[in-house]
Amino acid sequence: MSEASDRVRGPVHVDGEVVATKRIGGYRHLTLTAPGVPERFRAGNFVAVTIEGHVARRALWVHRVRASSAFGPTLDVVVEPRGSGTTWLASQPVGARVAITGPLGRPFALPKEAVSCLLVGEGYAAAPLFPLAERLRERGCAVSLVVSAPDESHLLSALEARRSARSVTVLTADGSVGQRGTVGDHVDDLVRRSEADVVYAAGPTHVLRTAAAAAERAGAWSQVAVETATPCGTGLCHGCPLPVVGEDGVDRVVRACAEGPVVRGDRVRWDDL
Amino acid sequence: MSARVPGPVMVAAGCGGTGRELEAYAGPGGLDGLDFVTRSITLDARSGGPGPRLVEVPGGLVNAVGLPNPGLEHFLATELPWLVRVGARVIVSIAGATMGEYADLARRLSRAPGVAGLEVNVGAPNEVGTGLFEVREPYHSASVIAAVRREFPADRPVLAKLRPDVSRIVEGARSCHEAGATAVVIGNAVPAAFPDGRAGGLSGPAIAPIALRCVAAVRDAHPELPTIGCGGVRDVVSARAYLAAGATAVQVGTALLHDPTTVARLRADLTGSPHPSTEEDT
Repeated sequence: MSEASDRVRGPVHVDGEVVATKRIGGYRHLTLTAPGVPERFRAGNFVAVTIEGHVARRALWVHRVRASSAFGPTLDVVVEPRGSGTTWLASQPVGARVAITGPLGRPFALPKEAVSCLLVGEGYAAAPLFPLAERLRERGCAVSLVVSAPDESHLLSALEARRSARSVTVLTADGSVGQRGTVGDHVDDLVRRSEADVVYAAGPTHVLRTAAAAAERAGAWSQVAVETATPCGTGLCHGCPLPVVGEDGVDRVVRACAEGPVVRGDRVRWDDL
Repeated sequence: MSARVPGPVMVAAGCGGTGRELEAYAGPGGLDGLDFVTRSITLDARSGGPGPRLVEVPGGLVNAVGLPNPGLEHFLATELPWLVRVGARVIVSIAGATMGEYADLARRLSRAPGVAGLEVNVGAPNEVGTGLFEVREPYHSASVIAAVRREFPADRPVLAKLRPDVSRIVEGARSCHEAGATAVVIGNAVPAAFPDGRAGGLSGPAIAPIALRCVAAVRDAHPELPTIGCGGVRDVVSARAYLAAGATAVQVGTALLHDPTTVARLRADLTGSPHPSTEEDT
């Protein structure tokens, strides 16, 4: 653990600024300053941002953290403009101020030993796998990364991840780039070929479930970053129920934002989600 | 009655998590001295309702969270001691399916160290759907308050949290006060529906004018009756509106979901203490 993460703990609520904005395919990539947030960030954490005129907040995965840049420490988030809130956010120009709370939620647990890891992500929600891949590589883990999407415009670029990953697989359902097919079509083969001890998954529920099931079949551990609407993101409102089985075998409903977003794949009661 | 009315700024039930989640945003003093109303505690654990539990509407949120809580036993063993340790003035919100459950909760909480007061949830927006004792008539809520008051020491406050229904609020507030409530909290979420027709409650800035009308109505009819304004409090202006209308305190709820530092800012602004910061000293 770095010295910084020993010193600074817990989330902060700060005034951030958009310092770069770029449209890539169907997504908007924003680079933000948020004093204190990048320093505290661990892969799998997310941030909540305030949307003008909206009461509920929008949770965003962190795609990349830079410890230093011309603007100081920054974080990159990926926004898919879907409703009025995300459309507003995606349209914010350089210089816009945004209230940001973070880092929030439980991050990915990292293996103590240098094991083989398969990282499976789909769409914009694959974002947290990129900083995870860097951390795993630092620990000497063999990282195999799979990025998937319905089509090329909803695919996060794996170019930069090639530095952290031993192998990168690109899947699109329509075959517009990479291999044709879905995570479900390829995941058992990918788990086997990567000889994964741990499968990390980030994306829509069906991808997480598929990846967790494949890990279980192969006798690997899995951790999934659950993507769900979190009205506050901070654990205050109990508005993001996540049905799980506790360590004691008792069914519980926990908060996806506070006890998650990262949970063990074999702990999620997928049928109740 | 010698019990002190809490305030002037309180955390509203169900909007402060377990307290721990709020600590990061509470300023340098943390939760010390903060009037913290817990989420409603029931005798048995409740896992809460299915998702989506909250949806956003213009000016607010519609919610049907379903009172998730670990049950009294677990609350007393884990959440309460932590809150007491950090110095919060813990007001436990209680909800029951029967009059007996309310009395039972009050009796056991009266013996638990560190419970500063009780808030009785008698105005849930959908009590039947949530499985709570139905308190549609003011005499029902008054009997609940009387049952709680009998079991809880007179020197500690019992608050009655009522629905902000202007046609019933004066009678409801008077009945609860006569039954022993130290103050009435006006109000709970306004009965509403999700876009798909499911029953829920509306909260947030949209309901501030409704709750304010109710506070003013109670003040006009019973100026001696202490009220606590709750509904859309998000800044000094909205808080002062309640105080000007006769409330002795305000509760902050939905605004915390929008900006978790709201309570820290309001405490500083309304009490004149230095402006807290969530940044650490460097």
